[in-house]
Amino acid sequence: MAGADGDDSLYPIAVLIDELRNEDVQLRLNSIKKLSTIALALGVERTRTELLPFLTDTIYDEDEVLLALAEQLGNFTMLVGGPEYVHCLLPPLESLATVEETVVRDKAVESLRKISQEHSPVDLEVHFEPLVKRLASGDWFTSRTSACGLFSVCYPRVSSTVKAEIRQHFRTLCSDDTPMVRRAAASKLGEFAKVLELDYVKSDIISLFTALASDEQDSVRLLAVEACVSIATLLPQEDLETLVMPTLRQAAEDKSWRVRYMVADKFSELQKAVGPEITKNDLVPAFQNLLKDCEAEVRAAAANKVKEFCENLPEDNREQIIMTHILPCVKELVSDTNQHVKSALASVIMGLSTILGKDNTIEHLLPLFLAQLKDECPEVRLNIISNLDCVNEVIGIRQLSQSLLPAIVELAEDAKWRVRLAIIEYMPLLAGQLGVEFFDEKLNTLCMAWLIDHVYAIREAATCNLMKLVEKFGAEWAQNTIVPKVLGMANDPNYLHRMTTLFCINVIVHCCGYPYREITTKQMLPVVLKMSNDQVANVRFNVAKSLQKIGPVLDSNALQTEVKPVLEKLASDTDMDVKYFAQEAISVLALA
Amino acid sequence: MRLSALAAQVLDGFSRKSVRKAKQKRSQSSSQFRSQGKPIELTPLPLLKDVPAPEQPELFLKKLQQCCTVFDFMDTLSDLKMKEYKRSTLNELVDYVTVSRGYLTEQAYPEVVKMVSHNIFRTLPPSDSNEFDPEEDEPTLEASWPHLQLVYEFFIRFLESQEFQPSIAKKYIDQKFVLQLLELFDSEDPRERDYLKTVLHRIYGKFLGLRAFIRKQINNIFLRFVYETEHFNGVAELLEILGSIINGFALPLKAEHKQFLVKVLIPLHTVRSLSLFHAQLAYCIVQFLEKDPTLTEPVIRGLLKFWPKTCSQKEVMFLGELEEILDVIEPTQFVKIQEPLFKQISRCVSSPHFQVAERALYYWNNEYIMSLIEENSSVILPIMFASLYRISKEHWNPAIVALVYNVLKAFMEMNSTLFDELTATYKSDRQREKKKEKEREELWKKLEDLELKRGLRSDGIIPT
Repeated sequence: MAGADGDDSLYPIAVLIDELRNEDVQLRLNSIKKLSTIALALGVERTRTELLPFLTDTIYDEDEVLLALAEQLGNFTMLVGGPEYVHCLLPPLESLATVEETVVRDKAVESLRKISQEHSPVDLEVHFEPLVKRLASGDWFTSRTSACGLFSVCYPRVSSTVKAEIRQHFRTLCSDDTPMVRRAAASKLGEFAKVLELDYVKSDIISLFTALASDEQDSVRLLAVEACVSIATLLPQEDLETLVMPTLRQAAEDKSWRVRYMVADKFSELQKAVGPEITKNDLVPAFQNLLKDCEAEVRAAAANKVKEFCENLPEDNREQIIMTHILPCVKELVSDTNQHVKSALASVIMGLSTILGKDNTIEHLLPLFLAQLKDECPEVRLNIISNLDCVNEVIGIRQLSQSLLPAIVELAEDAKWRVRLAIIEYMPLLAGQLGVEFFDEKLNTLCMAWLIDHVYAIREAATCNLMKLVEKFGAEWAQNTIVPKVLGMANDPNYLHRMTTLFCINVIVHCCGYPYREITTKQMLPVVLKMSNDQVANVRFNVAKSLQKIGPVLDSNALQTEVKPVLEKLASDTDMDVKYFAQEAISVLALA
Repeated sequence: MRLSALAAQVLDGFSRKSVRKAKQKRSQSSSQFRSQGKPIELTPLPLLKDVPAPEQPELFLKKLQQCCTVFDFMDTLSDLKMKEYKRSTLNELVDYVTVSRGYLTEQAYPEVVKMVSHNIFRTLPPSDSNEFDPEEDEPTLEASWPHLQLVYEFFIRFLESQEFQPSIAKKYIDQKFVLQLLELFDSEDPRERDYLKTVLHRIYGKFLGLRAFIRKQINNIFLRFVYETEHFNGVAELLEILGSIINGFALPLKAEHKQFLVKVLIPLHTVRSLSLFHAQLAYCIVQFLEKDPTLTEPVIRGLLKFWPKTCSQKEVMFLGELEEILDVIEPTQFVKIQEPLFKQISRCVSSPHFQVAERALYYWNNEYIMSLIEENSSVILPIMFASLYRISKEHWNPAIVALVYNVLKAFMEMNSTLFDELTATYKSDRQREKKKEKEREELWKKLEDLELKRGLRSDGIIPT
């Protein structure tokens, strides 16, 4: 490839380096982001001998620039000449892996992990592993922290002597006197365990795990909980009791709520990792305690896991465990003093009905659902309503509808518009579950009221909701129940409501389309055309936009005789925007 | 974990603050009470002053042991009598260690430390507010304060007592004790942090063997705060203690201390909640510079590196700190950093945010800074000129324009030849800049063409 190694006359390295040194940070950042272009201009040889040394030695820059650099270098293998030369990238990444800013360091480690895969086993031992060792024994905590993330990528591909060294380094970092380093090591413990031979998992990892899990800092202990999941997955069932469970039991009763929170948060994973026997004997009581914890944070995290935990219980005595051990705690949580706990529970409690079946649901769960539906906190009610489909499958919606309706009406009129928005989003789902009759009777009025809400987002969502309802109930229903009401709003004194008419027409036409050309031409088009005389420009240009959407549905006669004159009139409107949209409609509908 | 804030955001992004305002003083208790147990019974003991002196040490120990019992203050109705009894006992103990002589037997030390540990060391409960904002939020107060305050009071009197012997106490007030003490600085209750500050100060003063350890742990707390959590309530208090520690450093400064300055104190400026501890931080920095002026350059370069880009309030704080530094800077140090420094100041002066521009322009009211600028006007004027000239024509705020005129006038008086020269070349300089800009663009365009060509070639579209 002649000339592929850059062109000296065009791109002297000095010019490029000048770019990387520009006084303006933004320009420096842009240059770094285009580092691959620079490397390409220089060619692989000069990239290796000139650009990389420059980057390694002279870059002292803002973290934002360093972050971009760290990221770029991860994709640089081909630009330095392929895997054979990939180790040239190690020096700049090594110094980036020691900087203070976590984001930069993490990115450098990520890039190092990436290029480690491109090293041959020999290069890995000659170049990569020594770098890891240097980082692991660095003076300042940052380099040691970075080292923690690199052990697992080189371990599987090096000789057994080097492996022993790597294990030793990891051990040292697990008892580092800086808590930042211990945290980094603890967070990588699970990952490292996965690449180790089982014997070493038992001999090395377990003792490290036990030590980290009883660290003096709770921030370290809670990370050990995460590692617990991976470690338990690796060990054979018979070793779990002696090697893992004592530590896990201790974590579930840790004096720091952060650690207990972590246990609650990871509960499903832990449950899967330790298997059914231990779950029955140990995790069930532990879970009960977490559901009754004195800190609301912990209770909420545990409440979130109720469904998953119950689902994964061994089937043979699942029902019995739930009924005698879990349900009593759940009942208490329904009237918890903390609304976050209640709303966490509300988001999963409905899922229990599929597990417990119809009879239990009606007898034990229904009272809880109803209690939560009447909860003072809107979020709790909302969470219940959003999961109605699970119960529907088990007992049918009619059972619930009596108590459901007042709650929905109340949420529909909630003072917080985001609550109203959320309930609108569930309307199509409810409509589908309740059927058209029930809907018309009870909910239709609500849906129409949202169209004239004073918050635009609600009106917009209500319009979109109409579209989904029409999709569900069909065009005939639309013609009978929706269209008259929507068209009535065209004469509303408030121009925002008049515009809503147009928006609704847009979506109805979109759904009903060709098969119902009749409705469009006979009922909706006249209204739209009449609105072109509106005194508010916003209404007029929305008329133009609507016509553009309705046009394709109409026959050519209506287009030519009715739409075209109106659009032409709008195209000569005094308002700039009206003109613009009218012209756009004319050209889209090819009426010019 | 910030459930309350999260939920509020989900519901309504605008209501959060008002919702929080609605609740007045909140109080919370530590998370140590896992379940309400049975009522607590303590057997009342006679007052210390009512027993003969030889029996007092023994009774003192007994009272200390009784005070290890901790009550649940979230339950305002339980154990009222016993709570009152413990309160009066603690009061008595406070008085006793203040006035009595000969009470501090060797056996008393472990009992005192045990009593203090039982009462003050506890896991702090989760914080209610997402980001604690002192202007917006009421701090959550510790419910057990009626007892806790007296325990702190007692412990401080104990540490300050004339009979107190660090050589005995160091067996009990050890690294582990200090570590737990430091964790308490995260307490949301400002009253507690204030007591902790005094306690830590006394311990630092009396236990030489713990000094390095304390500094290192504070280091770790700060690093975690900056790079991991951005949350720790006691930063200002710890910095206040450090201010006086730095004051006492011997010269020449150890490498460890310099590292602390550059790698910990300077990065503390990047934290979002800087306003909560900026005064104390700036004090520490200036203390360092007064000790060793050669640190000026790394400090100023560090501040420039972390200069806020989007937060004008922080920018104003930085400018304030920089002025404090310039107030004590040595002229030889000033020369070393004047170029990068004034490039930044010139950017601040032309900030569209008038408070930033104003704060920077106030430098010209500082006589010492003015004298430094005057001495180096040949370097500084060219850096500042373009910005000043431009703002004098186009800043939206008339007050800023007026200030800029004053600054320009001052420069004119300092160095009229250079000033005239710069005025004359202003236009051609701008044109040159534009030309350079164009050249840059062309360079990149060429490079991109090349990349495209290479790309095609490697795709095999253009044969090589």
